[in-house]
Amino acid sequence: MTLPRQRRARRQRAFRIVTFVVLGAFFLIPLVSMVDFSTRGTAGSGRTGEAWGALLHDPELTAAIITSLELAALTVIGMVLLLVPTMVWVRLRVQWAARMVEFLCLLPLTIPALVIVVGIAPVYAWVTYFLGGSALTLTFAYVVLVLPYAFRSLDAGLSAIDLTTLSEAARSLGAGWFTVIARVVVPNIVSALLSAAFISVALVLGEFTFASLLHYDNLQVVIAFFGKSNAKVSVSASLAALIFGFVLLLLLSLLGRGRKGRRTTAIEPLAVTTPAGKEVKG
Amino acid sequence: MSASALETREGVEVRLEGLHREFSGVRALDGLDLTLRPGELVALLGPSGCGKTTALRLVAGLDDPDSGRVVVGDRDVTHVPANRRDMGMVFQAYSLFPHLTAQQNVEFGLKLRRVDRSKRAGRARQMLELVGLASQADRFASQLSGGQQQRVALARALAIQPAVLLLDEPLSALDAKVRAQLRDEIRRVQLEVGTTTLFVTHDQEEALSISDRVGVMNQGRLEQLAPPEELYTAPSTAFVAAFVGLMNRIPCRVEAGRASVLGATVRVTDRSVTSGEGIAMVRPEQLVVEASDAGSAEVLQVSFLGSVTHVRVRTADGHELLSQANGAEAARLTVHTPVRVRLVADQLLVSSD
Ligand SMILES: Nc1ncnc2c1ncn2[C@@H]1O[C@H](COP(=O)(O)OP(=O)(O)OP(=O)(O)O)[C@@H](O)[C@H]1O
Ligand SMILES: [Mg+2]
Repeated sequence: MTLPRQRRARRQRAFRIVTFVVLGAFFLIPLVSMVDFSTRGTAGSGRTGEAWGALLHDPELTAAIITSLELAALTVIGMVLLLVPTMVWVRLRVQWAARMVEFLCLLPLTIPALVIVVGIAPVYAWVTYFLGGSALTLTFAYVVLVLPYAFRSLDAGLSAIDLTTLSEAARSLGAGWFTVIARVVVPNIVSALLSAAFISVALVLGEFTFASLLHYDNLQVVIAFFGKSNAKVSVSASLAALIFGFVLLLLLSLLGRGRKGRRTTAIEPLAVTTPAGKEVKG
Repeated sequence: MSASALETREGVEVRLEGLHREFSGVRALDGLDLTLRPGELVALLGPSGCGKTTALRLVAGLDDPDSGRVVVGDRDVTHVPANRRDMGMVFQAYSLFPHLTAQQNVEFGLKLRRVDRSKRAGRARQMLELVGLASQADRFASQLSGGQQQRVALARALAIQPAVLLLDEPLSALDAKVRAQLRDEIRRVQLEVGTTTLFVTHDQEEALSISDRVGVMNQGRLEQLAPPEELYTAPSTAFVAAFVGLMNRIPCRVEAGRASVLGATVRVTDRSVTSGEGIAMVRPEQLVVEASDAGSAEVLQVSFLGSVTHVRVRTADGHELLSQANGAEAARLTVHTPVRVRLVADQLLVSSD
């Protein structure tokens, strides 16, 4: 009885290690190569931090990095302001529109970015006319771009709470709609909001098509440009963007765990008393 | 906690006038009139789907009537949004805010009213004490039992000193024992704070045991509004009679305002049937079953319930009747024993159908 189980456990462990190593290599080798390439000395030997220094010193590149970070922040704000009230409203008051809103939100996923840009270009002529030619006007296009992903995440978050009862309870206690959303809904969908925000940031930092075709200089456009003139700087910038994404992801999972921890530690005394709980933990 | 330590507030009168509400063809409320006296606890009782929750939601402002008015004191609140109605509500579903502790939940409404911090904390503490949960103040909803959650919800609703307290089957998710305990507690708290209260339930025992008056609803209308004992002993309609408590329906003949039932002749209380065929409404305790060889009825089933005994019998003409006796004597009857059934009542309600 114990023997096969042990063997199975060992085989499982072996499988896990192999998977880990293979996937790890798959992800790490390109990254390590990028580090290697971007720090290679000019004569083909020795190491130099020049290409990385350019991230901070090259005015064109730093401007692009700042633009992309600003775009990411604005897109997250725009997405939250647009989606959260809409989705709450649809769930509480206009259920018949739920399908339609979902369809609209998922639409950008089914249309290639190129097609969207072609369609959106004339609109952007007007945007530029009214708001000036700042690259930050890309926010509008990016909010549309991140809609499908943010929608999925927020939809899951809202489904996990009893929105109707909570909002009615808050209203009967004197809360207006703004307070209901800010004080009751948002605190209870924090994880969903964080993951929606993260995926939006990741998308915006990696976006090339829209910016390039609408002639705005965001991070990816400048990286591509450097790719033609100074490949090392281009690689260091790409890697920096990737690492930034990883850090965000890590923070997100830590935050998520922190929140869960608060809830579960409190319930622990109950879980310990049930034998099933012990087995699961062990 | 004594009543004097609580800041109470005078109860106000609440009037529901001709409320209509239709949901895509379903008439949930069909002209509901109901007046709650200041400080009174009225239970709304009725079969599932009769419109109790709808009525409560209209009072709370969570839904709008098609026509009719809701008046609190002298103020017509029909078109006032829920958050400005000043009503405390406890829901059937668990409704504590999951991200807040019990204490913070109770403080929520006070915070919105900009009560300052120390006063707020003090008042929340007091409310939690009132419902016996002061020691659990720092727990989150997920760490409280169902009964405790509903008690916190009650404390939360009362903390804002609402003009009216609305309870929508707050106990239905709880087991029988906790339910009985908590309903008495709700009544105690309600008497202490003196808030006019509308309590929706489909549990008769709950309604009859804690309210000043009980309103029985049927198909979106109020059938009768009366103190519990009056509702039981003098139901005004056949529906109320059949709905509240157990009732035997015995066909009878009515002549000159008197009905002949089981060999006895009694006065008819309802004026709707003055002569001809009718159905007499007879409570189980109004029927006495005695073993008798000459009896034409037969015992079908005997259920000993502790303080009372239920005896089910079949009469010679094939009717099944339920009788309730207090002593243990009836429990000694056995199945198939021939018995005599006697009516002990000086007046009866007779319905035409
Ligand atoms: N939001 C709604 N949409 C459509 N129909 C509704 C809605 N709310 C209530 N109804 C209908 O109105 C009628 C009354 O419902 P209500 O919830 O008031 O009943 P109730 O007396 O509270 O019943 P229960 O004891 O089962 O809670 C029912 O027929 C119900 O189907
Ligand atoms: Mg209901």
